[in-house]
Amino acid sequence: MKSSLLRKIAGYAFAIVFIVAGWWITALAVDSPALPTPIAAVEVLTANVDALVPYFLTSAWRVVVSLLIGTLLAVPLAQAFTRSPVLDTLFAPVVYLLYPIPKVVLLPVLLALFGLADAPKIVLISLTVFFQVLVAVRDAVRSVPQSALLAIRSLGGSPWDEYKHVIVPATLPAVFTSLRIGVGTAIAVLFIAEAMAGSTGLGYYIMQSWSMVNFPRMFAGIIAMALLGIVLYAIFDIIERSLTSWR
Amino acid sequence: MSTQNPGACVEFAHASVTYTSGSEHVSACHDVSLSIGAGESVALIGPSGCGKSTTLHMAAGLLAPTEGNVLINGSAIEKPRQTTAFIPQDLGLLPWKTVLQNASLGLIVQKIPKHEATERARAALAQVDLAGFEHAYPKELSGGMRQRLALARALAADADLLLMDEPLSAIDSLLRESLQDTLLELWQQRKHTQMLVTHSIEEAVYLGERIVVFSPRPGTVVADIQNPLMGTETWRDSPQFAQKCLEVRYALTAGACDTLRKEGK
Repeated sequence: MKSSLLRKIAGYAFAIVFIVAGWWITALAVDSPALPTPIAAVEVLTANVDALVPYFLTSAWRVVVSLLIGTLLAVPLAQAFTRSPVLDTLFAPVVYLLYPIPKVVLLPVLLALFGLADAPKIVLISLTVFFQVLVAVRDAVRSVPQSALLAIRSLGGSPWDEYKHVIVPATLPAVFTSLRIGVGTAIAVLFIAEAMAGSTGLGYYIMQSWSMVNFPRMFAGIIAMALLGIVLYAIFDIIERSLTSWR
Repeated sequence: MSTQNPGACVEFAHASVTYTSGSEHVSACHDVSLSIGAGESVALIGPSGCGKSTTLHMAAGLLAPTEGNVLINGSAIEKPRQTTAFIPQDLGLLPWKTVLQNASLGLIVQKIPKHEATERARAALAQVDLAGFEHAYPKELSGGMRQRLALARALAADADLLLMDEPLSAIDSLLRESLQDTLLELWQQRKHTQMLVTHSIEEAVYLGERIVVFSPRPGTVVADIQNPLMGTETWRDSPQFAQKCLEVRYALTAGACDTLRKEGK
């Protein structure tokens, strides 16, 4: 137990050294104010931290709310689809056709409909997350062992018992896996939406700094956005692991 | 178990199950009539796809007969009963629940208070020698232990009817005999009614007071062999045991030939 923990810490230490070294070498080779060295970046980040916080919080709020909305809509729907052959026959082709469409192309439409504030960004990210979770959970429900359902039914369990004891625990890990994988896409979409419209959030902060040719400020924004992604990824990873300790 | 239920009576009256897929009708079992008394142990045996599992599913209330009736203690089954324990072929354990949670599942579904459910599940686990494994997950158990866990779930729910669908088919032969002994002992102690679907003639003769033989599809009962010496000392090693096995083998072959002859007409 202890040695595996040590190995894990050593692994992460190596990863950090590897990434920082790669960054450093690239920065020295490029030799441009647009890509500062790690030391310069830390200075820039500490210098800009007060200005960054409100932008960071706005972005974090948008992405977290969107992840929640997308998930809360997708999970029950995916479970309903797979439990009802009629619904599934009707909607599986709909999902199949809509899933591969990059939702981000709808941004102009959403901006026209919902203005420049939070609403279009939240709708867009929710939509992106919604389809990812929907597809993942639909697959997870379909692979629920039939015998588990038979067992609970034969014990006199109600449909609610089937849901609570079988469907939910069998599909919850898939929800968090799809969220963990979806975080990257969600933040990418967030960046584009904030960069394109409005005057809030990290995407705006980064692109505004860029247009002012204030590269240190721009880079501080980039690091903040990267941190947002890492923190969310780690949170979903931890939840996913704790839910699948039985595997 | 203090609140021991007496075994349930199961009655199949001309029960048939026909599946319809498109325009095709597939008969899974045909005109099954069988009366099982309280506390009896009945083995169902027959070739693959003969409807013995379908028969078991009807007794569990998981499947309604398309014709005829299935009665438990005199009344038609409308839905699964809480004191029927059904052990499917792959046991139906929930991999995300611990041993203790799996064992108490039937009680939780019956809305029995959690501490009482836990207590009864612990007692049942102790009965099948799984004490000490309460917090393990099914994945961490051996095949035989998983088997006993499925039994513990039935014991904890205080089942008066135990239905088993080839429960020991995935177990190697030595362990299989010891699990058969466990099944026999539990039945002799508790006197619940049990129905065991099996592919193995020896298993049917070892565990069935009666051995019901099914014909190939569309499955129906072709023989009902009494096996009064079952459960006696050294039964497995006696010459009568071998003789009974032979009798069942003949009945199986005769059932298969009969069906072939009918189809030839």
